[in-house]
Amino acid sequence: MGAGHAHKLYRHGHSPVHALPPHCKLAAVFCFVLVVVSTPRTAIWAFALYAGLLAAVAVLARVPAGFLLRRLVFEVPFVAFAFLMPFVVPGAHISVLGVPLSVPGLWDAWNVLAKGTLGVTASVLLAATTELRALLLGLQRLRLPPLLVQIASFMIRYGDVISDEMRRMSVARRSRGFEATGVRHWGVLAKTAGALFIRSYERGERVHLAMVSRGYAGSMPVIDEVTASRAQWTAAAALPAAALAVCLLGWAL
Amino acid sequence: MHVPDGFINTPVCAAAGVVAAGAVAVALRRARRELDERTAPLAGLVAAFIFAVQMLNFPVAAGTSGHLLGGALAAILVGPGTGVLCVSVVLLLQGVLFADGGLTALGVNITDMGVVTVVVAYALFRGLVKLLPRKRRSVTVAAFVSALVSVPAAAVAFTAIYAVGGTTSVPLGQVFTAMVGVHVLIGVGEALITAATVSAVLAVRPDLVYGARGLTAPLKLRVNGELVDAPASPAPTPAPAPAHRSVRALWAAGLGAALVLAGLVSFYASASPDGLEKVAADQGIDKNVRDHASADSPLADYGVSGISDPRVSGGLAGVIGVGATVAVGTGVFRVVRRRSAGGDDDRPARSSEAPRETV
Repeated sequence: MGAGHAHKLYRHGHSPVHALPPHCKLAAVFCFVLVVVSTPRTAIWAFALYAGLLAAVAVLARVPAGFLLRRLVFEVPFVAFAFLMPFVVPGAHISVLGVPLSVPGLWDAWNVLAKGTLGVTASVLLAATTELRALLLGLQRLRLPPLLVQIASFMIRYGDVISDEMRRMSVARRSRGFEATGVRHWGVLAKTAGALFIRSYERGERVHLAMVSRGYAGSMPVIDEVTASRAQWTAAAALPAAALAVCLLGWAL
Repeated sequence: MHVPDGFINTPVCAAAGVVAAGAVAVALRRARRELDERTAPLAGLVAAFIFAVQMLNFPVAAGTSGHLLGGALAAILVGPGTGVLCVSVVLLLQGVLFADGGLTALGVNITDMGVVTVVVAYALFRGLVKLLPRKRRSVTVAAFVSALVSVPAAAVAFTAIYAVGGTTSVPLGQVFTAMVGVHVLIGVGEALITAATVSAVLAVRPDLVYGARGLTAPLKLRVNGELVDAPASPAPTPAPAPAHRSVRALWAAGLGAALVLAGLVSFYASASPDGLEKVAADQGIDKNVRDHASADSPLADYGVSGISDPRVSGGLAGVIGVGATVAVGTGVFRVVRRRSAGGDDDRPARSSEAPRETV
């Protein structure tokens, strides 16, 4: 929080992956995840190959494995859900160490776990190699409505400000001896949320007036247009293309 | 409740993506009417607020705590269009940036958590505000009920999406029970926090609560120790026409009857727990067969599970169903009325009049 203009997940670097235009990377990651999701679950080797492809990208982007794994540990809340599946899904059961596990349940757990983890890894790699602003420019380039991109950019720009405001409120509460321990303290916290809303909204009004006084008329000027050469598109397409080949093999075999 | 990649099959993800894109397009147009050219900074700041408030921890009991989802709150505070936009932007950035929710499941997530929550909450809120006496307390009550219903409604929507395109063979009945059960609990917390937050904002800046516009009392001036009506402003408050009033009575009667019917009928329908178990088992076996053949055609099982799913629901689901129906009905009614009115709308007029009263 409050650490300059880079978000927590971004990792500064000068690798070929960092240098790719953001919209190429976004499209590549999206196509890759699409291909992964469409792969039959029984082709276990295909998922190993996908993991290999992502590892290759990580090496190319000089993102250390530890960094990547730490993010994965944080961002995988559905693992618990996947581990429940072998116990709740009906069907043929096998006994592993005396515990009856359902076979279709195991396949389901594998399916969600493998595809979900690959998707998260791809997203983490994208976020680690792309700056926030570039990501927004890429989204705009991919024909996301400009108003939506503007909203997203304001959210990102002021996200830390608002979070810090909330943290200051929390410091103020605690310095007056307040400690939230149960439901009966919700009133105070809800008043905090209400005050935070009013402050955010009023800040929005001030920001708008400041923008109008600087000539804002409904659309932001595009200063740095991102463009991609054919070579860059080809480089970005390497990942989903390789994945597609694996996927087709998975269906064929 | 962020859906990861690979949990819902690709065709259904694509369909949900189309639904989400359509909803966001409608919301963009609506948000421009709600906020005119201030849309970008204000909606952006409200999105940042929702993002921040989701990090505010509400302790429940020894060690556990929950946080606000914010859909109903956004709908009530800034209106349905802006609310859908804000929640969608939050979900988009969570998906792209924080790997929270799959990229291919983005459409599912936006449809489920953004659109369903906000639309159900707002429709219910407006309906209740119209029905209840025009007091500040009724706004709080309406906020409570709409937040309470909106969270399980999203769970029901998720179960419906899962019924059409789930890739796992967890029985539908179990998914429904678990999702709705857990989310009714979450909904109670969400409702308490939302109502308290809305009433806190209402106490300080009532003009900022979008859902409570038109509830402002006429301005009174204290002259020589007694309250006198302020001189009529150039834009007098639009007095509700008699026809309007009868519409409100109709609303009351219709909604009341629907809720009673739904509650009673579903109560009797779900009075035999064996039937529920049986349907769930049938569904599970059904799913297994389909998944092993891996014939991923959404239309094939659309007819089977889509129809028998609502029968599984208890009394609550009936009430939620009424809420969803009211939402859809209100949406259609609004669209039709807007078409017939020829595009001119009353929102900007009202919004320009609201600050005048507070000055």
